[in-house]
Amino acid sequence: MRVKGLLRLVFIFSAFALVATACGDDSTTTTTSASGEGFKFGMILVGPQNDHGWSQAHYEAGQYLEQKTGATMIVLDKVNTADRPETTVDQVIDDMVAQGAGLIFATSDDMKDGVLLGAERHPDVPMIWSSGDNAWADGKDYRADLANLGNEMGRMEYGKMIAGCAAALTSETGKLGYLGPLINDETRRLASSVFLGADYCWQNYRGMGDDLSFSVNWIGFWFNIPGFTLDPTLVANDFFDGGVDVVISGIDTTEALVVAGQRAAADESVWAIPYDFEGACAEAPNACLGVPYFNWGPAYLRVLNSVLTDSFSADFNWWGPDWADINNADTSGVGWEAGAGLSADAAASLDEFIAGLGDGSINLYTGPLNYQDGTPFLAAGEEATDLQIWYMPQLLEGMVGASSAG
Amino acid sequence: MRAAWNRAGSKTIAVALAVLVTAALLLASGASPIESFRLIWQGSVGSGPKAADTLMAWVPLVLAASGLVVTFAAGLWNIGVEGQVVMGAIAASWVAREFHAPSAAVITVALIAGIIGGLLWGLFAGVLRVYGKVNEIFGGLGLDFVATGLVVYLVIGPWKRAGIASTSGTDPFPKEAWLPTVGDKLAPIAIVLAVLAVIAVYFLMRGTFFGLRLKAVGANPASAYIIGLSTSRYLLSAMAICGGLAGLGGAVQAIGFQHKLVPAISGGYGFLAILVVLLAGFRASLIAPIAFFFVMISVGGTQLSLRLGLNSSLGGVVQGTLVLLTVLVGGWQVRRARQRVRLEAEG
Repeated sequence: MRVKGLLRLVFIFSAFALVATACGDDSTTTTTSASGEGFKFGMILVGPQNDHGWSQAHYEAGQYLEQKTGATMIVLDKVNTADRPETTVDQVIDDMVAQGAGLIFATSDDMKDGVLLGAERHPDVPMIWSSGDNAWADGKDYRADLANLGNEMGRMEYGKMIAGCAAALTSETGKLGYLGPLINDETRRLASSVFLGADYCWQNYRGMGDDLSFSVNWIGFWFNIPGFTLDPTLVANDFFDGGVDVVISGIDTTEALVVAGQRAAADESVWAIPYDFEGACAEAPNACLGVPYFNWGPAYLRVLNSVLTDSFSADFNWWGPDWADINNADTSGVGWEAGAGLSADAAASLDEFIAGLGDGSINLYTGPLNYQDGTPFLAAGEEATDLQIWYMPQLLEGMVGASSAG
Repeated sequence: MRAAWNRAGSKTIAVALAVLVTAALLLASGASPIESFRLIWQGSVGSGPKAADTLMAWVPLVLAASGLVVTFAAGLWNIGVEGQVVMGAIAASWVAREFHAPSAAVITVALIAGIIGGLLWGLFAGVLRVYGKVNEIFGGLGLDFVATGLVVYLVIGPWKRAGIASTSGTDPFPKEAWLPTVGDKLAPIAIVLAVLAVIAVYFLMRGTFFGLRLKAVGANPASAYIIGLSTSRYLLSAMAICGGLAGLGGAVQAIGFQHKLVPAISGGYGFLAILVVLLAGFRASLIAPIAFFFVMISVGGTQLSLRLGLNSSLGGVVQGTLVLLTVLVGGWQVRRARQRVRLEAEG
């Protein structure tokens, strides 16, 4: 009996050891350089740092800063109320400041309340709220009192137009689905950009009419939280079951591509376009048409350098791709990595489209355009301003799906 | 006396084993166990602000756990406690959003609303059990889902931020509805309420006829009924008390910690409280320290990620290991005791 009991304990120990090995974190290698040596910056991520999406893109940008400057990153991932009920964003900021962070990146729209509070509490510590608008003097939520909190965001509208175009160039059924996260200004303008890109390429390169079907389905948050959001795997499957053959993802994680990969393996002609992270196609390469991704490195490096040289100011920066080479890791903040699922013909048309966006000959936010309910958005020939694009109150005419909560 | 020693001994063995297993885990993750334990200590009670964070997480856990002592005494597995926390938070949030008055009034009404919200939800599960013959485990679990569904609906629907539909949460409540704090985080009112709840439940179970009868109902409902106790009334009262305390915990989470309603407002403290009470052997006197130990690991565990870059799920693994080993060691002891009795009988 004793021996059996002992064996059981040994078994339990080994099981835990196995789990531990599996959970072991990746170590970070740094190339040191003089300027940031000894400097610490904080990186607060909303999802897991290896999510193959939004959070991983930020995490890798942090590693890029470490390599470029020799500074050290303090990172905390999964900072959201479901994963860390006992932790709020302002607490994390307190912790990072206490640990010596001289710059903090709060990298999600979801962190708004916490980062505003943290910035108030530590007015001497420069901070960035990515995708936010508190530092935009013309914006709706300008906070002139927060001189330490700037905003960084990429003009992902271009990436999304490219994604939409790739989807329209490939679709056989003429039905596209957009797997949306939650509904706000950012997600409305990104979903609309996909639609504009898709509609343009459907008509101009495929020679079709204005009959492209485009549905949007929102899950409720940036990624799946069982019980609180719709399950993105189910939503993606529903899209495909309903005749959609390309699902474009707007969420932080890669469920749409995983589903497309499974179905493609069963000989279905379906594809997906993930989002956020350059390496996202690796989950199911053959079902992947490509991925529009953020490259936060250059912008964050600019911010870090400004802090290191004492010239930080709380600005609102909304930067685009480097059109000379949208995939240049050191200069382009928004890129497009073509996937193995994209045909050579489609790739050629897509390159032409990208060139048109780059030289300004294609501006899809040009009227006439109506909002989803038919009210006018842009008159014929009118080009949208940054404010109009950032704060889109509705989806566009021709898109099916909710513009705001019912 | 000997039983008490045995109990203490089994707890010590369990804790020692849990420490060993955790140390092995940490070593396997490439971290020094001693440094890790030091960081958890530092990150939970090592400074004023950290102790405040820990105490604020302790409050809802202790409130839910003290409520569960009452339902367990009545022989009820009140799995619905999680939903009762949520309903308390919803009721308090409603007051915080809609009731505009001086701060003291808003807060008082919000806390009372929290108690009522949780109490009614607990009573609901109780009524299903007593009059609908629905086992409280299933009824409670169902009501947990309903409560979660309701909070998601409110956050993404009627109480959404303007132009936004996100499960991120509602707009922050007006400042008048926030529990007043010492420093940035510590809300003394919340701590006082939690301490009072533990004391009240302790005396309720030890020093009152109600507690005694409740235990009788829990131990043997049929006999209790035969000697003239109204079983239903005691079961319903237990559910109401537990629901009220859990609801108060939810209210504190809403107006004292998150300052807005979020879908995960319960923080899982209801379910965690069940583990606390199991570990406490269903005794009110042990709840406060065990709950404190649990939240120390959760709050301090963050430092393992921040300072050592370790996976932060480790904190949860430590808690789970502790409960598992306590139950294992407890079960092993019971088996040994039975064996001894059998051997003695045979010999």
